[in-house]
Amino acid sequence: MQALLDQMIQEGAFAGVPKEVVYTIAMVLTAVVVLSAFVAPLAGVTSWLERRVWARMQSRVGPNRVGPQGILQWLADGIKNIMKEDIIPTAADQKLFPLAPYVVFMGFLCAFVVIPFGESLIVADLNIGILYLLSVTSLVVVGILMAGWASNNKWSLLGGMRSAAQIVSYEIPAGLSVLTVVFLAGTLSMQGIIKAQGWRPWDWFMFHNPFTFCAFFLFFTAALAEGNRTPFDIPEAESELVAGYVTEYSGMRFLFFFFAEWGNLYVIGAVVTTLFMGGWQVPPVTDNPVLLGILQFLTFFLKAYFWVFVAMWIRATLPRVRVDQLMGLCWKYMVPLSFICLLGTIGFMFMDTNSRRIFGAITLGFAIATIINFFRRVGFQFRSAKPEAYWKPHI
Amino acid sequence: MDTASFIFYLLATLLVIASLLVVFLRNVVHCAMALVTALLLIAVMFVTLHAPMLCVLQVMVYAGAIMVLFLFVIMFLNPGALEQQRGLWWGFGTLLAMMLAGVLVPLVATSDLPADPVAATELFGSPEMLAKSLFSDYVLPFEIASVLLLVAIIGAVVLAKREN
Repeated sequence: MQALLDQMIQEGAFAGVPKEVVYTIAMVLTAVVVLSAFVAPLAGVTSWLERRVWARMQSRVGPNRVGPQGILQWLADGIKNIMKEDIIPTAADQKLFPLAPYVVFMGFLCAFVVIPFGESLIVADLNIGILYLLSVTSLVVVGILMAGWASNNKWSLLGGMRSAAQIVSYEIPAGLSVLTVVFLAGTLSMQGIIKAQGWRPWDWFMFHNPFTFCAFFLFFTAALAEGNRTPFDIPEAESELVAGYVTEYSGMRFLFFFFAEWGNLYVIGAVVTTLFMGGWQVPPVTDNPVLLGILQFLTFFLKAYFWVFVAMWIRATLPRVRVDQLMGLCWKYMVPLSFICLLGTIGFMFMDTNSRRIFGAITLGFAIATIINFFRRVGFQFRSAKPEAYWKPHI
Repeated sequence: MDTASFIFYLLATLLVIASLLVVFLRNVVHCAMALVTALLLIAVMFVTLHAPMLCVLQVMVYAGAIMVLFLFVIMFLNPGALEQQRGLWWGFGTLLAMMLAGVLVPLVATSDLPADPVAATELFGSPEMLAKSLFSDYVLPFEIASVLLLVAIIGAVVLAKREN
């Protein structure tokens, strides 16, 4: 890469421009291209998977025509949306309306810079990684408000307002839950947080003590609310606001909002994995750096994707909350609870290692018992209802 | 011209343009968006000065929270494009600007900037340094600021209650 650039400079391709500037621009361009090449299929396949998973949960078939099992549906949708007419309403703000989707998209794409896919697979391991992530995701609000206002439409404006209120409010419990982990790890760097954990489940921060276990649920809930996901999708509530801030958008601009939403789902999963589930930590099975890198990437990817699946599951299961319930949940329950989690974790930090391990083991045991109980009950449902379609995923 | 100064001049030009747009645009929401741009450019400038922590806090606090509240209020009131201001306000504004310039220009002209600026250390603006200075050297001002914010929150709650 650098050799190629040097050769191009020698041939006088960038005459008059300082060498470092060329390097910087090339670096930024490479990062953008690589990220887009990774993020676009990720968001696309997530959109397909989401529709398939809902269909399955609602006893439907879902998109299964384009490609094997319909996995290329997102490409077909993308081509369709690019070909559509790009409508900008006459009454809309002619400057901000076209710009808004890209601001939202940028806010979410920036988050991928600090996501650690492996020990060496990270764009930039900033020493303030998690803080950076919280701050760039808060930029999304500006884009959403822009879209809501520029559409010059009451539903859009209401949607934008709701979204802003919601994201600003839920940042507080999310930030406080992140803080519990930061206290335990003693660093803000994403890699540092992962290195403070181990590959065994009882080394994860999730099962460090009962308070972090609680903080995990608080963070996941707050992250869903920040990503405007059901049951917190009141900014685009179809039954109340047509489509909220995306009402006036069509074609590719409309798709960009949803592109950001589906990609953001993966970011939520990745952050949860990093903070609470040991990230890319794998058992020491091999010394081969390439093999180890692939193993780490797969571990991280699957853990993160599991939480994407859980978010889909929640969306298919729970009804939407009301606006006042949403705000009440945040300010009356989640903020005080996250403060309790923070103080409790500080208390645990003063404890000696042995008694801490006992509490961690109790938390892990509780979690395992819950999961076993869940599967027992689901199994009972399966046995008694005999839903044959569920055992045949290839429809 | 080396890279650092090239980037600085690039950022500075953009920053000046964005700041002028804040003042000269006629639509309040456009002004607010220009202000967001200016604040983000300042954040980038912090990065070039090796203070990533300040950059992130700038984005989080100003662009993320304060500007959102600004926009929130502006969009609720929806003042639209402003009509031309009357001459009296222009005169008053010009007078204030000239007074500010009268204070700033002699200050900038007389202050001797270091010819060879010292590079910031690795730890400058890092979370550790920030926490150390906040909670040891400046703990009293920090606490006073916290109490001030608390008073503002309680005041807001009291005002909101009275209207009901």
